[in-house]
Amino acid sequence: MNLRRLILIAIPYLWLLLFFLIPFGIVLKISLSETAIAIPPYTPTLDLSAGWQGFTAYLSELDFDNFSFLAEDDLYWKAFLSSLTISVVSTLLTLAVGFPIAYGMANAPEEWRPSLMVLVILPFWTSFLIRVYAWMGILSQGGLLNQFLIWTGLIDTPLTILNTNTAVYIGIVYTYLPFMVLPIYATLEKLDNSLLEAAEDLGCSRIQAFWLVTAPLSRPGVIAGCFLVFIPVLGEFVIPSLLGGSGTLMIGKVLWEEFFTNRDWPVASAVAVVLLLILIIPITLFQRNQQAQREADE
Amino acid sequence: MKLIRFALAFSLTLSAGMAMAEEVRVYNWSDYIDEELLKKFEDETGVKLIYDVFDSNDVLETKLLAGSSGYDVVVPSASFLQRQIQAGVFQPLDQEKLPNSKNLWDLIKQRTAPYDPDNAYSVNYMWGTTGIGVNVDKVREALGDDAPIDSLELVFNPKYMEKLAACGVHFLDASAEMIPAALTYIGEDPKTQDTDIIAKTEPVLMAVRPYVTKFHSSEYINALANGDICVAFGYSGDILQARDRADEAENGVTIAYNAPKEGAVMWFDQMAIPADAPNPDAAHKFLNFMMDPENMAAASNYVYYANGNLASQEFLEEDVITDTAIYPNEETLKSLYTTIAWVPRTQRYVTRLWTKIKSGT
Repeated sequence: MNLRRLILIAIPYLWLLLFFLIPFGIVLKISLSETAIAIPPYTPTLDLSAGWQGFTAYLSELDFDNFSFLAEDDLYWKAFLSSLTISVVSTLLTLAVGFPIAYGMANAPEEWRPSLMVLVILPFWTSFLIRVYAWMGILSQGGLLNQFLIWTGLIDTPLTILNTNTAVYIGIVYTYLPFMVLPIYATLEKLDNSLLEAAEDLGCSRIQAFWLVTAPLSRPGVIAGCFLVFIPVLGEFVIPSLLGGSGTLMIGKVLWEEFFTNRDWPVASAVAVVLLLILIIPITLFQRNQQAQREADE
Repeated sequence: MKLIRFALAFSLTLSAGMAMAEEVRVYNWSDYIDEELLKKFEDETGVKLIYDVFDSNDVLETKLLAGSSGYDVVVPSASFLQRQIQAGVFQPLDQEKLPNSKNLWDLIKQRTAPYDPDNAYSVNYMWGTTGIGVNVDKVREALGDDAPIDSLELVFNPKYMEKLAACGVHFLDASAEMIPAALTYIGEDPKTQDTDIIAKTEPVLMAVRPYVTKFHSSEYINALANGDICVAFGYSGDILQARDRADEAENGVTIAYNAPKEGAVMWFDQMAIPADAPNPDAAHKFLNFMMDPENMAAASNYVYYANGNLASQEFLEEDVITDTAIYPNEETLKSLYTTIAWVPRTQRYVTRLWTKIKSGT
């Protein structure tokens, strides 16, 4: 009995060890080394055959230079800040678009709901990369959107949308929308309609009832949706590099450049470690919120 | 377009049959070969060919430096190759397995020797220049008939760039090409390793940066051909491919390429075999196949780049061999310069500068 329990507990920890702690340890190790022209392109590398002595010699060669380098150079802070801004803004935008969709779905006739659900998930059946490429075709100077706007006579000269931050926001909102809609829909669907009826019986207008009943009760879904969008967007690389322009500065791109263009694996790893530390804050908050929710439910 | 080609290459390798035991994995630049050649190679040698593409030296180098890339033949640019040889990435070529090397062009071998002494590790695939591609009509519209389309002024003088911004300008996302060009523009030695001198390019590039639509190393082929942008600072053959695609599409876009008259970077893409290549034997077969004059000519006829194979010149199409944008005349050839890899300290400074320029911070 006890053994079974132990195994059950061990599995998630083993998972964490294999897929988080060990890779993180490797990244941390690289972040403490120096670049070199070699395979792999950093030094020192750990030579296991040298035994304990080799290990201590190896440890003595590691240092935190790369982290102090990050602190000295304002590029990294600017990139972190800019990523943070883009993440916050696009999370709010996604919420603004996603909430009405989820609300509409939850209030639709019951027999429609499964098909609406499928419609929200449907875009996932196409590769994410192809959908972003499709946006490049829509937003470009000679693209569908500009052709349409010129045809309607709203504009005379094509708008420059592709390769700007606007395009990045469009791409992010589009891509992450289902992650916002689904958790909100889940909470709204469970909402007891008699509460709204009671509110109205007690003299609330429909709008008041929404703010006093629906909004607070949908909070867990909203928070879950926001985190599901915010966390991946912070490290997003594909959307800004395909839709963004030269002025779009995001930490994912900086990381890519350090790794590929600079061949500076140690600094790239240091950036990754810092990014992770920054991400841990919202993730912990999310965990706390989930736990508080669970306790409240019980 | 690229997707279609990719799918084609993919299905080609699939249809080649599973029975063939020997296979060779080639990693080359995107849009850089006539796919017919891949099929011909498989038919002639019976070796299964798996062809994969990249669009920047950085991506290739990272894969090579990580080790066990799994590729048998890779095609880095010479200045990158130089550093990769130092890192021990490649194996020396076995000349006995390469009888076709007699067809090579001594002039090009001499020019690649500074990167790869005695050409011991690599064979030239293509070479070209880095310069300015323009959409002739749109640039004239923006700047008038006397627009300096053959001069670095066009891309580094804010006076012109300001007016070109509206119709779109792409720069290569490659500091190894852009920094030497900017150094040439301000009259400094493009090969300098001195960071104080390289620093002088910052105000020049920063001044025109706001007018650059995008820094990217391959998108400009389509963007130029479609008329989405009017100027690209890019690789000669890519711009000539854009010219060709625009001609084929008959969309009224006329593209012209010029190597800047102030001097242009001459670059070389070199075929080499990684030290840990799974099948070096087949790799040599591929290299030897590509050094066949007719095959090399077919590749050049398709991609509009000059090659380092003298014997191939008689098989080149008229519009390739006579085009001075592809095979420059003696005089231009003299004004072309080669760059060498930066030492690590300079390299770090340059990439940092480049990130700063691209992001405008």
